[in-house]
Amino acid sequence: MFEYLLVLGQEVYKILFMLVPILVSVAMVVWLDRRVWGLVQKRKGPNVVGPFGLLQTLADALKYIFKEIIIPASANKAVFILAPIVTMTLALVAWAVIPMSEDFVLSDINVGVLYLFAVSSLGVYGIIMGGWASNSKYPFLGAIRSAAQMVSYEVSIGIIIINVLLCVGSLNLKDIVLAQKELWYVIPLFPMFVIFFISALAETNRPPFDLPEAEAELVAGYQTEYSGMMYAMFWLGEYANILLMCAIGAILFLGGWLPIIDIFPFNLVPAPIWMILKIIFLFFLFALVKAIVPRYRYDQLMRLGWKILLPFSLIYLVLTASFLFYFDKLPKGNF
Amino acid sequence: MLTHSIFFYFFSVIAIFSSLMVITSRNTVNSVFFLILDFISVGCLFIMVGAEFLGMIILIVYVGAVAVLFLFVVMMLNVAEQKQSWFIGKKSTHIPIGLIVSVLILLELLVVVGGWKYKDDLMSSNTLYISDVSNTHQLGLVMYTDYILYFQLSGVILLLSMIGAILLTFRQRKGLKKQSYFNQISRNPSSSIELIEVKSNQGVKIDD
Repeated sequence: MFEYLLVLGQEVYKILFMLVPILVSVAMVVWLDRRVWGLVQKRKGPNVVGPFGLLQTLADALKYIFKEIIIPASANKAVFILAPIVTMTLALVAWAVIPMSEDFVLSDINVGVLYLFAVSSLGVYGIIMGGWASNSKYPFLGAIRSAAQMVSYEVSIGIIIINVLLCVGSLNLKDIVLAQKELWYVIPLFPMFVIFFISALAETNRPPFDLPEAEAELVAGYQTEYSGMMYAMFWLGEYANILLMCAIGAILFLGGWLPIIDIFPFNLVPAPIWMILKIIFLFFLFALVKAIVPRYRYDQLMRLGWKILLPFSLIYLVLTASFLFYFDKLPKGNF
Repeated sequence: MLTHSIFFYFFSVIAIFSSLMVITSRNTVNSVFFLILDFISVGCLFIMVGAEFLGMIILIVYVGAVAVLFLFVVMMLNVAEQKQSWFIGKKSTHIPIGLIVSVLILLELLVVVGGWKYKDDLMSSNTLYISDVSNTHQLGLVMYTDYILYFQLSGVILLLSMIGAILLTFRQRKGLKKQSYFNQISRNPSSSIELIEVKSNQGVKIDD
């Protein structure tokens, strides 16, 4: 019994060691996002609370905690409360398989990529539940839009993942990173990286694909009826999801925790630092896109997903497979 | 082993409870949510057996895509509160069909499980398990070699059903304005703006 508790305690400690930095970095990343957005538009962005305004998000979160939670009278109460919880939980639960270095990963499962894909495809439920339970037209329209959008972009993300898996020959995230020791996949699969980036923007409802919450048309989309801490949970979950997408991109294409070149000054830097740097780099791109690109129209979004990105990634999949087969470079696997 | 059985009963109780809730809850949206819960717990059971690939695929395909479309349809149809008129009041035509289908499924289950009981070598596919090769590898090894015909046939059937569904729902409406991206992008001021001198009290005629 005592041993069991000891193991349980260790596991909880490990989970907290992963979870707390993620929550803190979500707060920091919100600051980075607003800061980049401000600087692109020649504003200063948040720079008052704390050094460089770093504590701005914490101040905002504190404000949300003390606000009243308003539940609309006609809302479906249980689902309404469940929706932000689902969003937040799913955003955090996916981090269980993200390897920060060769031995720093909560659970090293064989089907890591599939797990990530499954969890990110479940993310749509938080939005649909929130939109439906609010029992109001703007949230509902936002939820319907987002469901269609996320389901369509998942397909191309899936095919991009298959592209990478063809080169690796394993569904394990560690194997994927270790297979990139000689060459990061961003170089041979560069078009796939671009498409992954675009699909990740759509999957996380980021501008220019933030149609579920397009404030010019839908007030705030599925978040319209939410207030106080529940709104904050949606918001944190959204940013945790964005960070997760950045982490997946870093693992699939940018070589995870591997240094840029495996020579003296670079390989002194600890592995998790490299991983974090790559995540922040990808997030910086996300923030830049938000500041630069105008919002898409809904039919343009659907056309881009189904008629351009999907056929292109399918064709590239065939090309990759033929290349690997012709030059006999298909991964042999360990059996 | 104890924890294993605890988790097994946990997931199976949730699965049975939620599948009961699917058919008994009055709100159809709620029953779709319970269906999702059912899928998830069945996926977890698969993972517990060691079929992690199958479990994940259930999560991705059923929960991530199929159930979203279910939810979509149920929400759009606005049949949220179902009056329980199936058992009280006027007679329903659903019950006989439902009974026939469930009896058929029960018979099939009996045949399959009975087959396992009385013919041991039917289960022999289970012994394919090789310790250090992962589940996914094994599937890949047989799916594209021994069973390639069945695999491709199921793909063709899915494609056919997709085409059929599109054909059934496709209708060309008249008088619909379509967005043409090429035309939208290639417009410029000289082709779309015209300056007209308007004489007072006469107005201007715009052809459209």
